Amino acid sequence: MSDHVDYRPFARALPPGRARALPWMTVIAGSAITAWPVIATVPLMPPFGLLMLLSWRLLAPFALRRWAAAPLGLADDLFSGQPLGSAVLLWSACFIAIDLIEQRLAFRDFWQDWLIGGGAVTFCLLAGRFIAVPFDSSLNGALLLQIAASVLLLPATARVVAWIDRKRGHRA
Amino acid sequence: MPTPRDRRTGFSRRRQNMVFIGYVLAVAGALIGAVLLVVSRFDPPMFAALRMAAASVTAPISSGVAGAGRAVWSIPQEISTHFLVRGENERLRAVVARDRALVLRARSIAYENRRLRTLLALRDREAGTVAAARLVSSSATSGRRFALIDAGRLQGVQPGMPVRGPMGLIGRVVETGPWVARVLLISDPNSIVPVRRTRDGLPAIAVGRGDGRVDLRSVSVANARFQPGDLFVTTGTGGIYAPNVPVARVEQPGSDTVIADTMASPDTLDVALVQRIFLPIPTSPAPSVPAKR
Repeated sequence: MSDHVDYRPFARALPPGRARALPWMTVIAGSAITAWPVIATVPLMPPFGLLMLLSWRLLAPFALRRWAAAPLGLADDLFSGQPLGSAVLLWSACFIAIDLIEQRLAFRDFWQDWLIGGGAVTFCLLAGRFIAVPFDSSLNGALLLQIAASVLLLPATARVVAWIDRKRGHRA
Repeated sequence: MPTPRDRRTGFSRRRQNMVFIGYVLAVAGALIGAVLLVVSRFDPPMFAALRMAAASVTAPISSGVAGAGRAVWSIPQEISTHFLVRGENERLRAVVARDRALVLRARSIAYENRRLRTLLALRDREAGTVAAARLVSSSATSGRRFALIDAGRLQGVQPGMPVRGPMGLIGRVVETGPWVARVLLISDPNSIVPVRRTRDGLPAIAVGRGDGRVDLRSVSVANARFQPGDLFVTTGTGGIYAPNVPVARVEQPGSDTVIADTMASPDTLDVALVQRIFLPIPTSPAPSVPAKR
């Protein structure tokens, strides 16, 4: 971000290795939130790993490599209980789709980012539900609530990501 | 915010190649995901091992956080107990006096039951408890309903073992790690438990709905009526679950298929008892070679 006022222009930025690892760590930490000791009878928890990933991709496009979605998706599958490979496929598809959109949409603001991220989250949750659970099970009300909660959380995760990105320094 | 300038590669051959390889790897990642998804239909044991390795790291953290939460939560409970204990004492005395007659009758019935059973030479298999554990975390983001318990192979837990709570059936173990095991809850859409009604033995199956409740489907009688309050327990059919473990209670009247609440509420982070498989699959005897004459 070039348009924010830098109050500490001579503060030391993180070393490059750590600055590069930080986005990966935050996404994996988001995936690992399912380890929080709550036994949910209804799947309502938003997919925090995916929210962090999308926020990084939309706010700081160079923080994660283009191929980073696949290994991060694998880590998410290990924690989430979905069939192994579902997040690998869906997250990679999101990255490719965002790349295509980015080439066409020259100027975008946070509202467009929110729309793109919300669309990606909705796609991942819907596709993940049809991959994991039989077609006729009655999960749709809970799924709609989960999608709504996730889309509403996107500005919050964008805030967190922007804060971490500013701490991280401009070099990485 | 315009598109970042760094997307443009310019004339640098190296930069162009790097961008191209990045896209190739991104598409390759998606393809690998599709292949993994197809392979996971067959559920190879290596995937289970990977998942259990990840769970072995997270489960001790989860149980530590849960323990701290319980400790904090116990402080207000202790205080309220201190002030409410007098009234509770009086109420409990009244309950004991009221139930004395009932207990005496139940004792005589139990004695008679034991006598009649020995008369019939029926032998009950004891459902032995393998390990007592706690549910520590669950698949809260996914549509599947799995939970992790903090006991695994080292405690003798094996895949297939039934898990029950103090109130009723919770599910069964599907994957085990060294000190952690994954439990398929009975509310998972892929879980089916054979049950019968306590009142008249009406057979049914309990199929998970994914939202914490189960569908009860009648299997023998057409147009079977379900009343609110009907209690369903396991039958022992299939050999996994021991008979007479409470499973679900009907909430709304209906026929053939009704929604029911599970008796065990796993969201209370309560104790889970892992039990032995009720009737293990018998190992086939070695084929006997007929003697030549």
